[in-house]
Amino acid sequence: MIVVKNLHKSFDKLEVLKGIDCHIHQKEVVCVIGPSGSGKSTFLRCINRLEEAQQGQIFIDGEEVTAPNADINRIRQEMGMVFQLFNLFPHKTTLENVTLAPIKIKKMSKEEAEDIAIGLLRKVGLGDKDHVYPSQLSGGQKQRVAIARALAMQPKVMLFDEPTSSLDPEMVGEVLEVMKNLALEGMTMIVVTHEMGFAREVGHRVFFMDEGILMEEGTPAQIFDNPQNPRTQAFLSKVL
Amino acid sequence: MDFGFTNTEWFFGTMIMDKLNEIYGFQVVVNNLGNFAMGAVLTLEITFFSILIGMVLGLIAALGRMSRMKIINFISVSYIDFFRGTPLFVQILLLYFGVIPLVFDATPVQAAIIACGLNSGAYVAEIVRAGIQAVDKGQMEAARSLGMTHGQSMRFIILPQAFKIVIPPLINEFVMLLKDTSLVSAISAHELTHTGKMLYASTYQAVWVWGAVCVFYFIMTKVISMLGDWTERRLAT
Repeated sequence: MIVVKNLHKSFDKLEVLKGIDCHIHQKEVVCVIGPSGSGKSTFLRCINRLEEAQQGQIFIDGEEVTAPNADINRIRQEMGMVFQLFNLFPHKTTLENVTLAPIKIKKMSKEEAEDIAIGLLRKVGLGDKDHVYPSQLSGGQKQRVAIARALAMQPKVMLFDEPTSSLDPEMVGEVLEVMKNLALEGMTMIVVTHEMGFAREVGHRVFFMDEGILMEEGTPAQIFDNPQNPRTQAFLSKVL
Repeated sequence: MDFGFTNTEWFFGTMIMDKLNEIYGFQVVVNNLGNFAMGAVLTLEITFFSILIGMVLGLIAALGRMSRMKIINFISVSYIDFFRGTPLFVQILLLYFGVIPLVFDATPVQAAIIACGLNSGAYVAEIVRAGIQAVDKGQMEAARSLGMTHGQSMRFIILPQAFKIVIPPLINEFVMLLKDTSLVSAISAHELTHTGKMLYASTYQAVWVWGAVCVFYFIMTKVISMLGDWTERRLAT
């Protein structure tokens, strides 16, 4: 479903991605792990072109995302993204955060968008918070709203950029729970994370990245129990 | 006797009034309150229309300055630089006597509005740009990641948030603009300062006349900043 070929990305002279190749299948949950600065987030952000890669190609369902004439706004509608810092719209209520894109982009009627939004907010356990502003929510609640907001566009893929890294420890669980349910429903997901428990339990495949290279990939059992690459071994020995 | 307390107060009150009425400068001010008011109204008119022009130009120039299109960027930057880098007084003279007559026959008040509006637009542009850049860049990313265009993201996400940030400096700019309209007295627009000039020339009562002019300006700027505080409080949610 997602094919990445020889992806290179540099910020000025610093080369962050040094040729990434991978293939992600439909309904697959891929967890990307690795030390800070290894290029995990940049890799994820290249997929929906929040960062422009200098070289290489990305295809979603055969359509080239990286093509200069690609209709990136339409392609992005099919890729939901969840950010480390939530990035909820502070001047909009929870409900408006979720309905804004369907109303403005998909030209959905307000009633229809709100029906869908209420359903999604219930799904993430926040059915009673629809008229609350983001500032009144806890971090975990904010992130769950952000997930609902991304889902409102009915994306084919969900990209998660360290969704629990800025949460207080007691709120990590509620967000991971929502993500786990999403995975069980068959959503294709790419999750950049430091939550090894989640990667092991929910992930179908795990990518280990270091220094801009996809060092090792495999099933959670292969990566966590029997890593081959010395870098992977070193990293896991520090975090597990 | 029925000289009560209130009557005593009234008695001293009249005494003060009688004393004041003996002062020539006071008479000048009281007899010309209508003229001052007319001048103040014109000052407000010039300010109001200049603000309108300034806001529209400022928003356009701010977006132009952040545009990636080189020509638009160049025009915006040149406009902002020129009007911030030269004195408003000179701009008024240049526009009224030099540039505007080439285009149409403007009254002093029209020229004043054009000059102040153009000048204010340059400052508003920088205020708006600062406001837009103060909005967290994650907001733009979130909007774009949902599939909004750059324009939609600006309109629905960035500008509404920038608007709130921009209110205090914008109110400050309006206050400055109102005071700066005093410069258009140089091209004989009959606003408040011009009223003061005329009265001073015929009476030589500098303290009274210019003091009264100050009071009128102060009342107007105070009202603007109070309106600003009120808006700020209303938007603070």
